[in-house]
Amino acid sequence: MHVPDGFLDVPTSLATAAVAAAAVAFALRGARRELDDRAAPLAGLVATFVFAAQMVNFPVGAGTSGHLIGAALAAVLVGPWTATLCLTVVLLVQGLLFADGGLTALGTNVTLMGVVAVWIGYAAFRLALLALPRRVGSVPLAAGLGGFVSVPAAALSFAGLFAVGGTAPIDAGTLVAAMASIHSLIGIGEGVLTALVVGSVVVVRPDLVHGARRLRAAAVAAEFGVAESAEARP
Amino acid sequence: MGADHGHALHYHGHSVIHRLPAHLKIVSALAFVLLVVATPREATWPYAVHLAALLLAIRAARVPAAYLMKRLVVEVPFVVFAALLPFVATGPRTNLLGVSVSQPGLVAAWALLAKGTLGVLTALLLAATTEPRDLLAGLTRLRLPGQLVEIMGFMVRYVEVVAGELRRMSIARTSRGFDARSPRHWPVLARSLGTLFVRSYERGERVHLAMLSRGYAGSLPALDVVAVRRTEVMAAAALPAVAAIAALWGVVGR
Repeated sequence: MHVPDGFLDVPTSLATAAVAAAAVAFALRGARRELDDRAAPLAGLVATFVFAAQMVNFPVGAGTSGHLIGAALAAVLVGPWTATLCLTVVLLVQGLLFADGGLTALGTNVTLMGVVAVWIGYAAFRLALLALPRRVGSVPLAAGLGGFVSVPAAALSFAGLFAVGGTAPIDAGTLVAAMASIHSLIGIGEGVLTALVVGSVVVVRPDLVHGARRLRAAAVAAEFGVAESAEARP
Repeated sequence: MGADHGHALHYHGHSVIHRLPAHLKIVSALAFVLLVVATPREATWPYAVHLAALLLAIRAARVPAAYLMKRLVVEVPFVVFAALLPFVATGPRTNLLGVSVSQPGLVAAWALLAKGTLGVLTALLLAATTEPRDLLAGLTRLRLPGQLVEIMGFMVRYVEVVAGELRRMSIARTSRGFDARSPRHWPVLARSLGTLFVRSYERGERVHLAMLSRGYAGSLPALDVVAVRRTEVMAAAALPAVAAIAALWGVVGR
């Protein structure tokens, strides 16, 4: 899934590196709001979790298997700013210590998975929450939708980058169609797994699921007859 | 912890390349790969020079070639993509072993394979000769935001712990007769991941409290910075310098 060296030309790689650097700079500030001064150890352990989660093979059948990307999953569990940082660190470690993903494509990979997949996935999650009943039980379903959307979103962004700075003459329409269809299938797997994992965490520790915070506050308020304004508390 | 354990790709050694400061190695590797990517694909010879320079560096690092070759498998997915390129690319067709393929697609596939392989080999050499903690120090010296390096530091330290936890869960599942064969088994695997998240998060909280009780006030103490010798800078510059000449050759000779 990682973009290797030589797929995109130098100007495009440098441009995506600039986008990635700017996004990380914003995320460093945003993550302090999500995690306060616990940011470093907590984001570090969550990044390690994402890295480990990507190692788990999920059998698809006929001897093949796939694995999670975890962008939408991380965004729902710990918030999008922290998720951007976690995915960035995972990609840095994979690129520098495991030779997975090109060194010159690091910016591209961070932009695609750490920014596009995380934020589109999170946006889809929040939109789905608005449409679903205001219950904690809606969180896994919305998270699953976020996971599903995040994969084709990243794939289509890659197709867009390839149309601008690709190194092979492929018809843009063909590439978009191929990327969209394959990654929609992969996205279904990502969505189902994201929903299942978020569902299992929400049952035992709803307080740890960032995306369920407001709903939980509302549920507690309703139970104890407190006014809805109590929601404002973090 | 505390013991000098490396990581999956590190190859213990004391060669010139092992001893080079990490930040020089990172810059050297990045510059080299950038120059490889910038080399025009119509030229063949510059790539031979790139490869020769990289092989000399691997030789100087005294990392066995077989050790790196085995790890080249990470490039399999894009080899498949490159193999498909001549068939799906546009442009004038040409005959290859009796099959009609796209001429520009063929050139692009060759360039992709050459650049991708050189890139992976460079990253492997960097990983094989650099300890994770040196890499972190190098990234700090390259002005990567301190918090990002800290997060990376926690990941490097705890990856074995979390992966070990995952392994023990897998053994526990297997010993209870679980065998994941189809998507029907996903809920069980997903619950394991959910548990792993809760455990990782709680470990993060415990680590944070332990740090606070030892006087942590928002940032880790800086590592001592070692002075860089000029010979080291020149050694690190050698690889990109050769690549720059080869890339220039490719541009001019076109």
